[in-house]
Amino acid sequence: MTPGVFEYHRPTSVAEAVALLARFGDDGKALAGGHSLIPMMKLRLAEPAHLIDINGIADLGGIRADGDDIVIGATTTLAAVLGSDLLRDRCPILPQAAAQIADPQVRNCGTIGGNCANGDPGNDCPAIMMALGARYLVLGASGTREVAARDFYHGVYATALADDELLTEVRIPAPAADTGMSYQKIKRKVGDFAIAAAAVTLTLADGACADAAVALTNVGDTPLMAPGAAAALKGTKVDQAAIAAAAAAAMATADPVHDLRGTVAYRTAMAGEMTRRAIAEALSRAGGA
Amino acid sequence: MSDAKEMTLAEREASIGGIGTARKRKEDARFIRGKGNYVDDIKLPGMLHGDFVRSAYAHARIKSIDTAEALAVPGVLAVITAKDLEPLNLHWMPTLAGDVAAVLAHKKVHFQNQEVAFVVATDRYAAADGVQKVEVDYQELPPLIDPLKALAADAPIIRDDVADQDEVGQGKRHHPNHIFEWQVGDTQATDAAFAAAEVTVKADIDYPRCHPSPLETCGCVAAMDAVNGKLTVYGTFQAPHVIRTVVSMITSLEESSIRIVSPDIGGGFGNKVGAYPGYICAAAASIVTGHPVKWIESRIDNLTSTAFARDYHMTGELAATRDGRIQAVRVKVIADHGAFNTHAQPMKWPAGLFNIVTGSYDIPVGHVKVDGVYTNKAPGGVAYRCSFRVTEAAYLIERLVDILALETAVDKAEIRLRNFIRPEQFPYKSSLGWEYDSGDYPTALKQAMAAVDYAGLRQEQAAKRERGELMGIGVATFTEIVGAGPVRNCDIVGLGMFDSCEIRVHPTGSAIARLGTKSQGQGHETTFAQIIATELGLPSDNITVEEGDTDTAPYGLGTYGSRSTPVAGAAAARAARKIRAKAKKIAAHVLEVSEVDLEWQVDRFTVTGSDISMTMKDIAMAAYSNVPEGMEHGLETTDYYNPPNFTYPFGAYICVVDIDRFTGDVAVRRFYALDDCGTRINPMVIEGQIHGGLAEAYGIALGQEIVYDAMGNVQGASLMDYFLPSAVETPEWQTDFTVTPCPHHPIGAKGIGESPNVGGVPAFSNAIIDAFGHLGVTHMPMPHTQWRVWQTLNELGLNT
Amino acid sequence: MATRKIALTVNGEAVAAEVEPRTLLIHFLREQLDLTGSHIGCETSHCGACTVDLNGKSVKSCTVFAVQADGGEVRTVEGLAAGADLHPLQEGFFQNHGLQCGYCTPGMLTSAWRLLQENPDPTDAEIRIGISGNLCRCTGYQNIVKAIRYAADKMNQA
Repeated sequence: MTPGVFEYHRPTSVAEAVALLARFGDDGKALAGGHSLIPMMKLRLAEPAHLIDINGIADLGGIRADGDDIVIGATTTLAAVLGSDLLRDRCPILPQAAAQIADPQVRNCGTIGGNCANGDPGNDCPAIMMALGARYLVLGASGTREVAARDFYHGVYATALADDELLTEVRIPAPAADTGMSYQKIKRKVGDFAIAAAAVTLTLADGACADAAVALTNVGDTPLMAPGAAAALKGTKVDQAAIAAAAAAAMATADPVHDLRGTVAYRTAMAGEMTRRAIAEALSRAGGA
Repeated sequence: MSDAKEMTLAEREASIGGIGTARKRKEDARFIRGKGNYVDDIKLPGMLHGDFVRSAYAHARIKSIDTAEALAVPGVLAVITAKDLEPLNLHWMPTLAGDVAAVLAHKKVHFQNQEVAFVVATDRYAAADGVQKVEVDYQELPPLIDPLKALAADAPIIRDDVADQDEVGQGKRHHPNHIFEWQVGDTQATDAAFAAAEVTVKADIDYPRCHPSPLETCGCVAAMDAVNGKLTVYGTFQAPHVIRTVVSMITSLEESSIRIVSPDIGGGFGNKVGAYPGYICAAAASIVTGHPVKWIESRIDNLTSTAFARDYHMTGELAATRDGRIQAVRVKVIADHGAFNTHAQPMKWPAGLFNIVTGSYDIPVGHVKVDGVYTNKAPGGVAYRCSFRVTEAAYLIERLVDILALETAVDKAEIRLRNFIRPEQFPYKSSLGWEYDSGDYPTALKQAMAAVDYAGLRQEQAAKRERGELMGIGVATFTEIVGAGPVRNCDIVGLGMFDSCEIRVHPTGSAIARLGTKSQGQGHETTFAQIIATELGLPSDNITVEEGDTDTAPYGLGTYGSRSTPVAGAAAARAARKIRAKAKKIAAHVLEVSEVDLEWQVDRFTVTGSDISMTMKDIAMAAYSNVPEGMEHGLETTDYYNPPNFTYPFGAYICVVDIDRFTGDVAVRRFYALDDCGTRINPMVIEGQIHGGLAEAYGIALGQEIVYDAMGNVQGASLMDYFLPSAVETPEWQTDFTVTPCPHHPIGAKGIGESPNVGGVPAFSNAIIDAFGHLGVTHMPMPHTQWRVWQTLNELGLNT
Repeated sequence: MATRKIALTVNGEAVAAEVEPRTLLIHFLREQLDLTGSHIGCETSHCGACTVDLNGKSVKSCTVFAVQADGGEVRTVEGLAAGADLHPLQEGFFQNHGLQCGYCTPGMLTSAWRLLQENPDPTDAEIRIGISGNLCRCTGYQNIVKAIRYAADKMNQA
């Protein structure tokens, strides 16, 4: 299948890209990795009159440390995330997740910015960014703003991003010492969206959980924070009872649709099971049991 | 005369590269260089592209089709609807099953994504632009989706066009949505056996609708040469000659004015046998526009409108003694054929060869009743390495035997050994009408059991069960039936299911062979050359094999149902033997001896008791220069082979799985496949066929389904959802073999391509269900997706 | 339908062409350059039959516009062999029966080629992950893994 007609633009700077987005409004779409957008265009489910290719803009790439933050440029590919030494050392949940997203070829093109900004409840990075407490830097015609990942997702394909705005980078606060993190995703096969997935970060102090965050993928219209699950862990030694309570809370948060991946009951149960497994792995990585 | 006495016998045999050699493939040279020639690679001058407007609804009347906007799209040249085809009587076409199918929807649509209009444009992008702009006004009708409701008095009637016919090519039918009733066996004796039985088991077992999904979709390039009055169609045709005959039957063109060419085909698996609307529309468009027209379907088109597989709703019963000896089998099936009965199989067998449902077992009496029904779904049913419904039959009997094993508390391998047809019973006449040619089932199963340490696995399973771990062992001992088939009862649209091979030997000792079959990856260019090489004593490297061009290949019924080796392979051997018989006469003449003094060995005739010999290579030259008085020159012949019977490959598969009791994930720990296909032509090719068929079986058993909602909307019909396993999910395979030659085949070969799908699906399914056998679970529906397995886990409280 | 000029290198040769922005790279390669080795098996970016090497990475050329390859370097299956000499991967597929219908083969070879560039001595598990974006319906993958293993061994000895 083939896309409809569009005009192609290849800005060389972020400012130029944003100006084009402002000029074309909802007739224009940014093209980063293209592996969400182009398949939609080939099925003619999306027919933007203008494509603004941001891949060539150097400022939008790269992974670096910046003070207490880890900064990932929007056009950083998932393959680059998977292979990043910096992320492996300081934020391993991201390479771990990247390995579970799509397949090698798609990872060579798909970007962090695209995965975070697309708004498909099946995208994996959003829940992870929410668990990490990440912030998105957004640039529009009216200037720059920061949006917390936790505030970014409003509904299916509905995010805080306006038509004239570009997500330019993701800022992840450096995890505290003795923090473990894990992303557990159950899916039907390589390349599939999650039946359910859970992102967990866990910080230990004196053998107990000082802080935790739990977020769920593809069990709702948006990625879901599961504050009840995190609350069930805080202050505990993350024993079996606490983990079970956290999983139950995650299940209560989950609100999946019934589709070919599974029934509501199954996907809800998997939200719980993935939470359980993510907590166990995060705990061991934090230096706990 | 002959030289090369220096080569030892072993060297001579090796140089032939004949039957039994793991010969590397001839066809690889072009494929590894990206120089294959598939239909979408074909580019003809002035070629146009066609694409379909497809129905949004499963069941609706067409009120109007407005093509004005589409015709205004740049690049669009024509929009063809049923009204345009009607004067040529091409808006409907006869199917290979005696029904008719719409080429373009006429007055109503019968399934979602049915072809409604054909847009012809300068390139595929413009064609898609045009498709978007065609406006169709529908009046929705209530759809019939559940085949079990098709025969209800108040069921919506799907086929207005045949509503008042009491037959649609398969005998009397008793409801407008009924297609056929087919029965075989002895009702009375079967009912009596059940009434008297010590033990009976009964189960409703569905084989879900799935789809072969070859990597290359269907397509064609149709080119009408108006000057010479010849229509050439290149396309994805597993049966090119049948297509030619059918095209001639439905158009006014003689077969001599039609050339069908199957170039390289990227996988068939039964998806590319029948004639699709795309072929007819492309041909019509070519005739109308005077240009070649290419039609290549999308993946979604392929999954939603071309030949699907299975969709058999079966109720199976076994009657047995207390120690598990089967006394009778009784089966009822509702077969969902979709909106048209289109499938390609021997026409006298509306349920294919399903009555192989006695499997590998000596079952004294049985009865089968199959009712085919229409629904508002895509047409098809016979496809996907099924050997004409043998996959359905094997799945049913292998599941029933496992259920009987549970009921009688007999081990699942032991119960099979108790019921096997014994080697001394061959040729074996089954109670449902087949004469099995040869087999040694106990040896095969015992060899498989020893290889996997079956006893050890059962011990391990027992220990794991104590610890609440779920491990399953699946046994499948299948016999299947292939090689359609004897002309007396096998035909397609009246064409007998013989097959053919023509061989011509050149003066310098190489040869060319053409057959009526058509490989889609099975390696015929390699394997048929091996058959001929062994018979002729010429190196297989020097034997060119061609298939697929109806202008040059002798008439054949094509490749599907694992029929190529049993039928065309036999023709190849026999043609080569006829040539060798002529060669013997030539050798006798040249050597000035009598024929009775000549012995054939590997590659030459030797005068008995002497060193004097003449190689086939030298005989070839003589055939063109020095033949006996009264003999024609040349060294060639054609053989048309009408097989006396089907062939019956068999196997014993053992599958070991471990199930995650929290998620329903099934990990295949081991898969051991022992196959017997009689004489093995190329062990490397056989192993490849087994690997590939098992991967398909894995996909079917673990995840493939084409699902319709209550309104007939097809769900998940793209590769986003349709489960084609990648290299990560696909298990590793261990293969083994026994050899029980086919007594009626010239080289004792039976065919192998479909066995792994036939035996693989029940092996996987039996393994998964066996994991729960100690908890009273007798059956679990396919596909065994994580969520379905979890439902069983959840019901049993195992996931806490 | 305005066209754009693009200039790129394909299998080592400079190519200049005009394309509509919406022309997918796979169609450009197959239909304008007549490089029909790369194939199309789906329209949802799953099957990988269209895989080519673009600017040093395996990509699905059905999900890239030709204009995006402007100024870039593309290698397809047709660029694997060095004249008459087969690449060890091609040799490996031939020796190990790593293909049947041949339709997935060009994409497999291109993916495997880049895999071995990035990871010259992969384990079987790494090979399977490396080709997880390339579907095959014929071989069941086992002989493909063997073929890639064969090529890796051959290349590492050289």
